[in-house]
Amino acid sequence: MDIKAYIESGILELYVAGALSEKENMEVHALMQEHPEILQEVLEIEKAITQLTAATSRDKDQAALENIKERLGFNPKVIPITKPKYNWVTYTGWAASVILTLGLFWTINKNKQLSSDIQTVTIEKSYLEQQIEAANTNLNDAKTLISVLRDDNITQVPLAGQGNFAQTYAKVYWDKDQQRIFLDAAGLPEPPAGKVYQVWSLTLNPLTPVSLGTLDSFITDDNKIFEIENLNQSEAFGITLEPEGGSESPTMEQLYTLGVVATTS
Amino acid sequence: MELDLLVEQFKQQDEKAFESLYNMYSTSMHGVINNIVRDTEIANEVMQDVFIKAWHNAGTYSAEKGRFFTWILNIARNAAIDKTRSKSFKNAKQNLNADFFVDIIETHESLNDKTDAIGIGKFIKKLAKKCVEVIELLYFKGYTQNEASEALNMPIGTIKTRNRNCIKELRAIVLT
Repeated sequence: MDIKAYIESGILELYVAGALSEKENMEVHALMQEHPEILQEVLEIEKAITQLTAATSRDKDQAALENIKERLGFNPKVIPITKPKYNWVTYTGWAASVILTLGLFWTINKNKQLSSDIQTVTIEKSYLEQQIEAANTNLNDAKTLISVLRDDNITQVPLAGQGNFAQTYAKVYWDKDQQRIFLDAAGLPEPPAGKVYQVWSLTLNPLTPVSLGTLDSFITDDNKIFEIENLNQSEAFGITLEPEGGSESPTMEQLYTLGVVATTS
Repeated sequence: MELDLLVEQFKQQDEKAFESLYNMYSTSMHGVINNIVRDTEIANEVMQDVFIKAWHNAGTYSAEKGRFFTWILNIARNAAIDKTRSKSFKNAKQNLNADFFVDIIETHESLNDKTDAIGIGKFIKKLAKKCVEVIELLYFKGYTQNEASEALNMPIGTIKTRNRNCIKELRAIVLT
């Protein structure tokens, strides 16, 4: 086949114009695939016609492409996901998390408070135990006193204030069986600093004092009742104010109270 | 070839390929339509319809039956001719003058169309009258060779040869 003659026949120009029959179009197409010269010729014709027809365009709408794309639904504007980003699971999760956190804090706080309460209660309890113990001690003392007071064998010896100390008084409960006295010294003033009360057992004929000891704990003792051992056959009891540590014999100028044991027949 | 690939992608409804082909041929189609309807606004309207129709019928295009350019050129010519036959168009355009395409080619610089077409316009206008006639019928009006032969009262062989020589002349103008 004479390619050159074929090209020169002008059929390719008609091909580009769309002026050929369908059968002729298919023939040209087939030949184009076989002969690059024919294809090249068609491309050049097409390019020239494209230029020619473009030359007759005027005031082409520059926005036409955008309009077309919009009408065809191209490049749809990025539609925000209508589905909420956070669904109920997320919300529930966060809510649960917040509740748990709050609950945890509350628990920790409560625990702290309870620990503190327990500590307070423990302290109070030990304080109360001390009080109970003290009360028990006091109760025992009181019971002892009551038993002493009720005991028929107890000899009561009131000690009256002497001389300058007439306002003072004391009382001795003498339990001869147990060889002890209970001295109620509530009627004595607090001894001045450096001084102590000293308790004496006396026999009258001849007048002989025997020291029963000093009341060293006078100030700190609440009920001012002192239990003192007494092995003597006392006929009277006296209380003097002596220098700390006590004296060998009573200082008579400082004799506060004195009482004679009533003779029982 | 790149163009074949573009057309193939276009057939597969590739939006990017469509856009490329639009950029390659839309001005030409606008020109062809404008030559028929002689109204740039209506030409814009019809051109949009043409490309939308092309997109919707992309699957029907077959390379064996002709060039893609020829295919869309046919759609454009038919759409433009349909437009001139519509009632609204006829009412608005009572007297369509019978000028040829060369009469609407701008030879001065236009602010709106800074295309190469303007530059070559003045040369195209110098095409011989016999060329203008045959080009008008075959390319702008979509006449078949038989129809052109009848309209110009010339044998088909003469049409083909004359057209061949005219296009050669055109190619010398626009492709250099």
